[in-house]
Amino acid sequence: MPEKTTKYVGKAVRKKDSLQLLLGKPVYTSDVAPKGALVVQLLRSPHANAIVKTIDTTIARKVPGVVDIYTWQDVPNQRYTNAGQTYPEPSPYDRLILDRHLRFVGDPVAIIAAENEKAAHKAKKLIKVEYEVLDAVLDFRTAKDNPTLVHPEEDWLPLCDVGGDNHRNLVASGEEKDGDVEDVLAGCDIVLDHTYHTRAVNQAMMETFRTYTDLDRYGRLHVLSSTQIVFHCRRILSRALGIPKSRIRVEKPRIGGGFGAKQTSVSEVYPAFVTMKTGRPAMIVYTREESQIAGSPRHEMEVRVRLGADKDGRIRALDLYTLSNSGAYGEHGPTTVGLSGHKSIPLYTGSLEAFRFRYDVVYTNLQAAGAYRGYGATQGIFAVESIVNELAEKLHIDPTELRDRNMVRQGMTMPAYYNEPANACALDRCMARCREIFDWEHRYPVRDMGNGKVRAAGVAMAMQGSGISGVDVGSATIKLSEDGTYNLVIGAADMGTGCDTILAQMAADCLDCPVEDVAVFSADTDVSPYDSGSYASSTTYVTGKAVEKACTELIDHICTIGAELLGCDAAGVTFEGDCVRAADGRTASLTDIAYKAQVSNNCAAEVTATHSSPISPPPFMVGMAEIELDKLTGEVRVLEYDAVVDCGTPVNPALARVQTEGGIAQGIGMTLTENVTYNAAGKPIESSFMQYKVPTRLDVGHLHVEFESSYEPTGPFGAKSIGEIVINTPAPAIAHAIMRATGVWHRELPITPEVIAMGEPDQA
Amino acid sequence: MEIKLQLNGRAVRVPDVDPDTTLYDFLRAQGCASVKCGCETSNCGLCTVFLDDVPVLSCSMLAARAAGHKVTTLEGLQAEAEEFVGFIADQGADQCGFCNPGFVMNTIALLRENPDPTDEEIKAYLSGNLCRCSGYEGQLRGIRRFLDSRNSRKEVPHA
Amino acid sequence: MLSIQNYLRAESLDQAYQLNQNKRSHVLGGMLWLRQSDITVGTAIDLCDLGLDTIEETPEEYRIGATVPLRKLEHHPGIAALTGGAVEAALKDIVGVQFRNMATVGGSVWGRFGFSDVLTVLLAADSEVELYKAGRIPLETFAAMPYDRDILTHVVVKKTPGPMAYSSVRIARTDFPVLTCAASCLQGEYKVVIGARPGKAVVVRDERGLLKAGLTPESTKAFADYAAETVPTGSNSRGSAEYRTHLVRGLTQRMLCRLADKEG
Repeated sequence: MPEKTTKYVGKAVRKKDSLQLLLGKPVYTSDVAPKGALVVQLLRSPHANAIVKTIDTTIARKVPGVVDIYTWQDVPNQRYTNAGQTYPEPSPYDRLILDRHLRFVGDPVAIIAAENEKAAHKAKKLIKVEYEVLDAVLDFRTAKDNPTLVHPEEDWLPLCDVGGDNHRNLVASGEEKDGDVEDVLAGCDIVLDHTYHTRAVNQAMMETFRTYTDLDRYGRLHVLSSTQIVFHCRRILSRALGIPKSRIRVEKPRIGGGFGAKQTSVSEVYPAFVTMKTGRPAMIVYTREESQIAGSPRHEMEVRVRLGADKDGRIRALDLYTLSNSGAYGEHGPTTVGLSGHKSIPLYTGSLEAFRFRYDVVYTNLQAAGAYRGYGATQGIFAVESIVNELAEKLHIDPTELRDRNMVRQGMTMPAYYNEPANACALDRCMARCREIFDWEHRYPVRDMGNGKVRAAGVAMAMQGSGISGVDVGSATIKLSEDGTYNLVIGAADMGTGCDTILAQMAADCLDCPVEDVAVFSADTDVSPYDSGSYASSTTYVTGKAVEKACTELIDHICTIGAELLGCDAAGVTFEGDCVRAADGRTASLTDIAYKAQVSNNCAAEVTATHSSPISPPPFMVGMAEIELDKLTGEVRVLEYDAVVDCGTPVNPALARVQTEGGIAQGIGMTLTENVTYNAAGKPIESSFMQYKVPTRLDVGHLHVEFESSYEPTGPFGAKSIGEIVINTPAPAIAHAIMRATGVWHRELPITPEVIAMGEPDQA
Repeated sequence: MEIKLQLNGRAVRVPDVDPDTTLYDFLRAQGCASVKCGCETSNCGLCTVFLDDVPVLSCSMLAARAAGHKVTTLEGLQAEAEEFVGFIADQGADQCGFCNPGFVMNTIALLRENPDPTDEEIKAYLSGNLCRCSGYEGQLRGIRRFLDSRNSRKEVPHA
Repeated sequence: MLSIQNYLRAESLDQAYQLNQNKRSHVLGGMLWLRQSDITVGTAIDLCDLGLDTIEETPEEYRIGATVPLRKLEHHPGIAALTGGAVEAALKDIVGVQFRNMATVGGSVWGRFGFSDVLTVLLAADSEVELYKAGRIPLETFAAMPYDRDILTHVVVKKTPGPMAYSSVRIARTDFPVLTCAASCLQGEYKVVIGARPGKAVVVRDERGLLKAGLTPESTKAFADYAAETVPTGSNSRGSAEYRTHLVRGLTQRMLCRLADKEG
């Protein structure tokens, strides 16, 4: 397919909402929700595993301003999952709105509806609960087949066979392979075997979870929520509340960040339940603490890697076993784990002779995990990229050269990635370019800066996907207005990423019109065409293609109406952006056609198109970190982080760059400052921004991003994706740099000053 | 209690304010939707407003304490903000936007105090403004481009 | 959730003192810490109208009003010159500019918080506090006193000459410190102050005369070992006692070396 010449695709167009956002206009859920809604608050479990023996709300109800209080006895008895996934969800139906069995510190015990915050807060303290405290499973390494069951209930319901078994604390388990990994390992010159541990880090988007609900003018449940998944959310609410989907409308305004957190329906069901019970508007706003302790963070994983190679650095076999901690509920458990292998092993398609990937996903009595940018790939890539760096060190081969010898290249088929083809792959060029801009040759050698400080560098590669192959559905409706401008209506969710804008850029290039002439609206289940939602790096690639299709079809319609105006055959006219031209040179302006569409017309001046892809083309990336490390204190400063990304065609290079920089900063946080620990009773320690340290601008160093484009033939304008891959390289690259500076490999995140200062080298 | 203060140049008098009302809640109730809350522990900077032209965290200040003072939110600084926010938009660094009002407010405070800051001074002054989307680099580029453009305009000799 | 029943701007220190004798009263500082407590305050006493927001200079001392925000202290040229930049070094990483525009010197010192950069650096200087009833007390004595219902009105930094140095270890740049260390040699007396142990800052003096012969690599090492032996450390989410003791030793030596550089 030839590369199209474009006017907007490939240009740094300003985000359509940027001035609204930068000037502080009221565009978020809390800003646009009508005032006077009932305040909804949740009483949360202080225990990691307990049964509500008795609960007495009598006194609490007497607090002036309290409207009602609901307990497990008041909610429907039908299990569901909060995971925003395509039906049938791989995540098990293991939740009730309120359950008598409390499974983590923070699990909701009661829903309080009050006229104001003070009354709700006071009532919360006056609810009397008697708990039967049970033993809790707090270490995910002991969860499988533990006598304590997180989900002993008989109505635990898996919709898909993902190898789960609630009587073994298993959410999912499985095995995949290609070739005989043991056989190949046995023949290797060197076999490395290490285990890497990453924690349940939090997305920490600036806007916490929040939802407003009321009954609309038809008496239907209207949900205004900060969500990435309006359609899935409607389905989840329908099941949880036991009301038909036709009685529910879900819409999202602007979203104050998501990063996957809002791919789970964390907050929606509570005010929705209150509104259904009381008939009154209701609103819940999670505190930061609630977002930290009862949100939907990354799955904690432990990945054991066995790597087999030849002396000359040919990587011949990879054997992964991932243990994933889903926490108290199974949201995204069966799916995230897959990416720990699928998005790490294929990086070495160039030389691999065999691989095996096995996994278990377990329940524990800790906060339920969810979807966080990278979605398992981040964890797997930390392990695989780290062990490849360990191999380079062992063999005394430059780690970038080692990768050159083994990496996946364009045209290869990737057995560890569902045998998908690498249609478009510039990973080799990313490596070459990153080496150049970073000045790898001079920065890789360790330099003593005096006063106990050393500088060192590290490297890592990454891949991700672009949508979920054979599952994700994107749709776009494009309509012509009277003045020849367009409305683009989508169900994807711009959470700050800029997808509204990049989809408009595509539409403008397809329709040969100014991008300002494409107004975008998203997302509302009553209005938007069906879209799985914005997750899995799908929007540019999947929904973008739907936009392209819709525009192509709309041009046909415009030509039909134009031909009628011109009194000629539709096949004989051509679309020229602002008009339709007949073979004899006569034209009908777009405005005339648009008006014609509203008079005596049988051809819609609007089109809805849908797209799904059987493949999920991976974007690729190389990241290099330079650090300065204080050998006495163990403090690490990231001085420079350079990255080169192959996202196919960068549709909007400014937005793609900021996505990359933002992902790198989150990766740096995960590696160095964001810790997740619990006390002996399973209560989270890092429950606020005072304790959970997302990096400030003093912590990230200088970031420099470039693109090495490839052209993905199945993507819109050659695009793949950018949203998730960008978080994957910092952990292995920085861990590598720290090893170069100290001689110690750190295989557990975060790598804090203490573990660096007190770290001991491996006993060889 | 009654609270009187000057909000964005306008005298405001509100009877019956609870003594423990934060300035953040007070301002939101006054329709200043630009003021956001991201943390409740004084760590994120989203709630930044000016008290007598000094940037403070409205989530951690009593409305009562602001009584009698001049309070400014982004609603009252639209023109000053418009001078430079386009440079942030050109970088795509606005992203989700939830931290933008606090960031814009504190950048205005910085530039009033130090009209030609170095990159290091910018980072230090804005370190209490968290952003989870941008990685900060685009915000820095935007401010730098704004300063460059302003400085180059200044350097044009008067004809 | 903080609940306040009455808010009162004191018109005199005496009024503030009298009101504060009620156990349910609370003198407001910067409010940054109080705001996060889940308590009910009867009367919140605000000192903001009492003119305590200035730093007065006399030939002998700087007298810092209780409501002076940290950022004003951080940028005070006289105090910067006196302490060789140590005060600014101690304050600049506390959360952010807006936070330091609100947090007060009085609130920070009154709190005697374990994590306090402020207390650490002021203990290394020649400092006193001025209390409404009890009058002037050396800061070191005050730091060890139990909380009472007096009112802190000023913190005094005397112009005792001598080099000072400050350093802290932080996991993230604007986080609470894992450990703080300040060193000074005022009129020939060496002091090393260790804070965020994680307990309240303590002062280590050269009681064994290890530095009598001056600051050499050997003497600073010996003093650092002495500090590591004597300063009690504990564990919390930011670091273990063992790591903190390692830092006590390392930072003490570093700060003494820095004093040596400053002494020339």
